[in-house]
Amino acid sequence: MADQSPLICRDIHKTFDQLEVLKGISLETRKGDVVSLIGSSGSGKSTLLRCINLLETPTSGDIIVHGDPIKFTTNRRGERIPADNKQVELIRAKLSMVFQSFNLWSHMTVLENIVEAPIHVLKVPKKEAIERAEAYLNKVGIYERKDYYPAQMSGGQQQRAAIARALAMEPEVMLFDEPTSALDPELVGEVLKVMQSLAEEGRTMIVVTHEMAFARDVSSQVLFLHQGVIEEQGTPEKVFDHPDSERMKQFLTPNF
Amino acid sequence: MLDLKGYGPALMDGAIVTIELAFLSLALSVALGLIGASAKLSQSRVAKGIATTYTTLIRGVPDLVMMLLFYYGGQVAVNMLSDYIWETYEIDFFFQFDPFISGVVTIGLIFGAYMTETFRGAFLAVETGQIEAARAYGFTRFHTFRRIMLPQMLRHALPGLGNNWQVLLKTTALVSIIGLTDMVRVAEEAAKAERMPFHFFIPVAFVYLALTAGSELFIKWLDKRANVGVVQGG
Repeated sequence: MADQSPLICRDIHKTFDQLEVLKGISLETRKGDVVSLIGSSGSGKSTLLRCINLLETPTSGDIIVHGDPIKFTTNRRGERIPADNKQVELIRAKLSMVFQSFNLWSHMTVLENIVEAPIHVLKVPKKEAIERAEAYLNKVGIYERKDYYPAQMSGGQQQRAAIARALAMEPEVMLFDEPTSALDPELVGEVLKVMQSLAEEGRTMIVVTHEMAFARDVSSQVLFLHQGVIEEQGTPEKVFDHPDSERMKQFLTPNF
Repeated sequence: MLDLKGYGPALMDGAIVTIELAFLSLALSVALGLIGASAKLSQSRVAKGIATTYTTLIRGVPDLVMMLLFYYGGQVAVNMLSDYIWETYEIDFFFQFDPFISGVVTIGLIFGAYMTETFRGAFLAVETGQIEAARAYGFTRFHTFRRIMLPQMLRHALPGLGNNWQVLLKTTALVSIIGLTDMVRVAEEAAKAERMPFHFFIPVAFVYLALTAGSELFIKWLDKRANVGVVQGG
């Protein structure tokens, strides 16, 4: 059980109305893996991430979190839905998500944002949750902003607060959905630096990103998605330096 | 000094009735509004249908007609039910429609419909990302509602809620029609008896004005609190 894979996806399909966005994606992580999902807009990378923590329900395919396969059933309208809400809540608590637009709760201070889920979902005692939150705020370098409201901070600080919120769950896997895409260029670096330090600590991460330098330097595995399928997959050296697929070569060639 | 010709205490009692009526109706209308808005936004077609019928019906019928219908019609309905129960089960069941309760229920029902619309709009104004974040962190539906949706919705609902409250407060004057001795009814009797309409109605008008002005200040204060963490433009 010790080196059980934190997350396995098997043959994930997702269809919205008539449009098939994911056409059978499989993915297996080992503990400490940093998986980068790259690809152009509309390739399905964000949808895949949202399927993993069930913000979207995959049309077919299995998701197995730490050996625990998510159970699905069919509702009256014939749509596939998760069978057990309790299980979904439990699994989500193990997979914390960092969003493109931060999604910090705007009516709570930074500290309140971070302790909310540990206290109410994980049932951590309040005092311990606060200590933990302060430690993570220190780690992402915004301890002195703990009593600020999200709207009073820059985008980079908000995203670092959101990362602290994700860390406070002490998750099995951290999911990043284009964490730097909504940031001003000069703020991207501070967020990537935090993410790099997390990778070096050996945290398991799945990162949807447009930051090629990050994907190349930090990740252990890179997946290139194109029109809902994995076009190229492997180590960063393989994907970036010796890609097999034409699409990947085109993707890497800048054209103005 | 203002000489109320001995009607002072009665007017005072009437004012208290008005205030009690207003607050109880408010509580009922907010509860109905939350239920109505949840029903309108739910997936269930039945719930949506019931809530839509409710708001369409209530908002389309004059308050006064509703009140008369409920008070007189309600009593007739109780009488009929009472007869039926007596004949069928030989159980003695009867109650008199109390004008105060009728007033609270009618005003609560009327303003519940307006509150439904206010809350519905406010719920829709909560950014989906805020709710998604709650779901993504394993919150239960109830917890998401209580800790994220409700406080954020309130910020959007407050202006409409304040508006509804002021109209509600003034609508309570209608209950004098169904025989409740509120402030307006006492003033009316006094004005007729003493032939001094200004003398009694102007103080009543000022009491209403004081109540609405006071609540306006309170709502402003609430609004400021609810908007903490929101950067004001301009």
